[in-house]
Amino acid sequence: MEKFEIFEGVGVPLRRSNVDTDQIIPAVYLKRITKTGFEDALFASWRNDPEFVLNQPAYAHGEVLFAGPDFGTGSSREHAVWALRDFGFKAVFSPKFADIFRGNSGKQGLVSGEISEQDLESIWALLEADPGAKATVDLVAKTVRVADLMVPFEIDEYTRWRLLEGLDDIGLTLRDEQSITDFEAKRESWRPKTLPAKGAK
Amino acid sequence: MTPKPLTLAEKVWNDHLVVKGEGDAPDLLYIDLHLVHEVTSPQAFDGLRLAGRPVRRPDLTIATEDHNTPTLDIDKPIADATSRTQIEALRHNAKEFGIRIHSLGDIEQGIVHVVGPQLGLTMPGITVVCGDSHTSTHGAFGALAMGIGTSEVEHVLATQTLPLKAFKTMAINVEGTLRPGVTAKDIILAVIAKIGTGGGQGYVLEYRGSAIRSLSMEARMTICNMSIEAGARAGMVAPDEITYEYLKGRPHAPEGADWDAAVAYWNTLPSDENAKFDAEVYLDANTLDPFVTWGTNPGQGVSLLDNVPNPADIADPNERAAAERALEYMDLAAGTPMKSIRVDTVFLGSCTNSRIEDLRAAAAIIEGKQKAEGVRFMVVPGSARVRLQAEAEGLDQIFKDFGAEWRFAGCSMCLGMNPDQLAPGERAASTSNRNFEGRQGKGSRTHLVSPLVAAATAIRGTLSAPADLEGN
Ligand code: SF4
Repeated sequence: MEKFEIFEGVGVPLRRSNVDTDQIIPAVYLKRITKTGFEDALFASWRNDPEFVLNQPAYAHGEVLFAGPDFGTGSSREHAVWALRDFGFKAVFSPKFADIFRGNSGKQGLVSGEISEQDLESIWALLEADPGAKATVDLVAKTVRVADLMVPFEIDEYTRWRLLEGLDDIGLTLRDEQSITDFEAKRESWRPKTLPAKGAK
Repeated sequence: MTPKPLTLAEKVWNDHLVVKGEGDAPDLLYIDLHLVHEVTSPQAFDGLRLAGRPVRRPDLTIATEDHNTPTLDIDKPIADATSRTQIEALRHNAKEFGIRIHSLGDIEQGIVHVVGPQLGLTMPGITVVCGDSHTSTHGAFGALAMGIGTSEVEHVLATQTLPLKAFKTMAINVEGTLRPGVTAKDIILAVIAKIGTGGGQGYVLEYRGSAIRSLSMEARMTICNMSIEAGARAGMVAPDEITYEYLKGRPHAPEGADWDAAVAYWNTLPSDENAKFDAEVYLDANTLDPFVTWGTNPGQGVSLLDNVPNPADIADPNERAAAERALEYMDLAAGTPMKSIRVDTVFLGSCTNSRIEDLRAAAAIIEGKQKAEGVRFMVVPGSARVRLQAEAEGLDQIFKDFGAEWRFAGCSMCLGMNPDQLAPGERAASTSNRNFEGRQGKGSRTHLVSPLVAAATAIRGTLSAPADLEGN
């Protein structure tokens, strides 16, 4: 996972609240067996609508999403984060996130930051007035800036630390690899081994 | 100072501690055995590939194909595209990452929770994980066995460890002697009806008491299997002579000096005399009847001698509403005697009840009898070996003579990912573990039962116990 410090990308105003994970990625896409390549699945049902924000050329390469409150509610599918990430989003801002979504996003390197409803309204207005405008996310300072407007955002300290360090769950555990190796050295010989395979007697 | 008395679960936990979490952080536990199947693993392997990570311990990992596999024509290509893709992905991943796999047609293929114990890989005092909630089955050996999600599967593949938060312990004390016709399945259905589908949340359950001690390993597996249906993290039974007897001589069981060392350690595992459980539940085995479900979750069960309950009698408003919804879905009227409920299909199978003992018990009841008209009876052994063993004992012939369908091993109608499904509105007596809406096919209606009740029901056509067959 890459380290996240300061990032600048096209801001996308998504004027909707209660965007649940079924809307982020409909269930039919869950049959896939990969962990990437979900960019076509993101907001799939809305993307049939030519007016939908991501269908407008200025936002086609959106990287920072600004959505209404209660983003990521519903089923716990991690695919919702994968779809956002695969489309190119590096950060999502909303006044309120569903807990599981927020947990999942931190694990995949996607920043999910909480901003106030007032600030959200102001940013929406700025982005709509100047489609394709950039948003600058500063995870060190916990701020996001569009044009001249700089607003603070909230993210829990532990997730922030992991994102700054670029540590996914596995990377985090592998910081203790020496302890794992030491544990293995003491593992008793009666404990199960699947290899070499033995047949039934 | 004497050391603090510990429970079985706490001992196993402590002996696998790689890093103790500070403050609120989880502990990092070592995983002794990782079981893999085709549904929850593809993205885990894909994640490894993305990050360029190997599988840390292929020698502690084993894969089998079970959820999607057909139970007929297993030599033909799998028709359903999703099923085929998942199975092909597993085969490909096993090859690429050097993992042992038992594919459809292989003698060791079968439901992952039947295969582990059968090979002697599941043993007391170990940690077992699998991307499947019914991993709790392996707790019957005194192992700490937990179901995990796909990202955790990737984590275990990469590190052979798992960060886990501490749990609470609950003792389920079952004392007494089961009456004839009453089995382990009835114990666990009664436990879940008693504590509810959320009653075990946050707990590791330990099944104790004289009724549990006298059960075979297969019966203990049936009980631990369904711990998850009470919401528990895991279920366990302390190892004893019955455990060792079952394990000894199995392909991967320890041998010689290893065996002796293992037994010496295993003997230290049972909960200490004064160990404190966070909660305790008591169940009287002497008075237990065959138990069956009437609703759409495994906690909605009653004695087979009872009637469908009346939601109006349920005090809790949420439970009352759930019962009303369940009765509507199940198309049952309050007050209907359970024994008068007619079924279309009987399913004998799943990781709960598809072991040789289950097949023997059902076969003994139907032998020489006639199947009820219009009832379909599917028998799906839990593994290829169970199937072979049953054939060696002539059980397949008994089932076929009776008019049952004798199938190849897999999960089958337990969840209907393969073609083995109920039609909308069809009703089954099923030895599996989940009676959720649509679990066995869209609009399917499921009554969870023991293998004995399944067999008696196949004869009479209505939910029945073996005792109802006298005079038939
Ligand atoms: S038999 Fe049913 S419960 Fe068991 S592993 Fe298969 S699908 Fe899951």
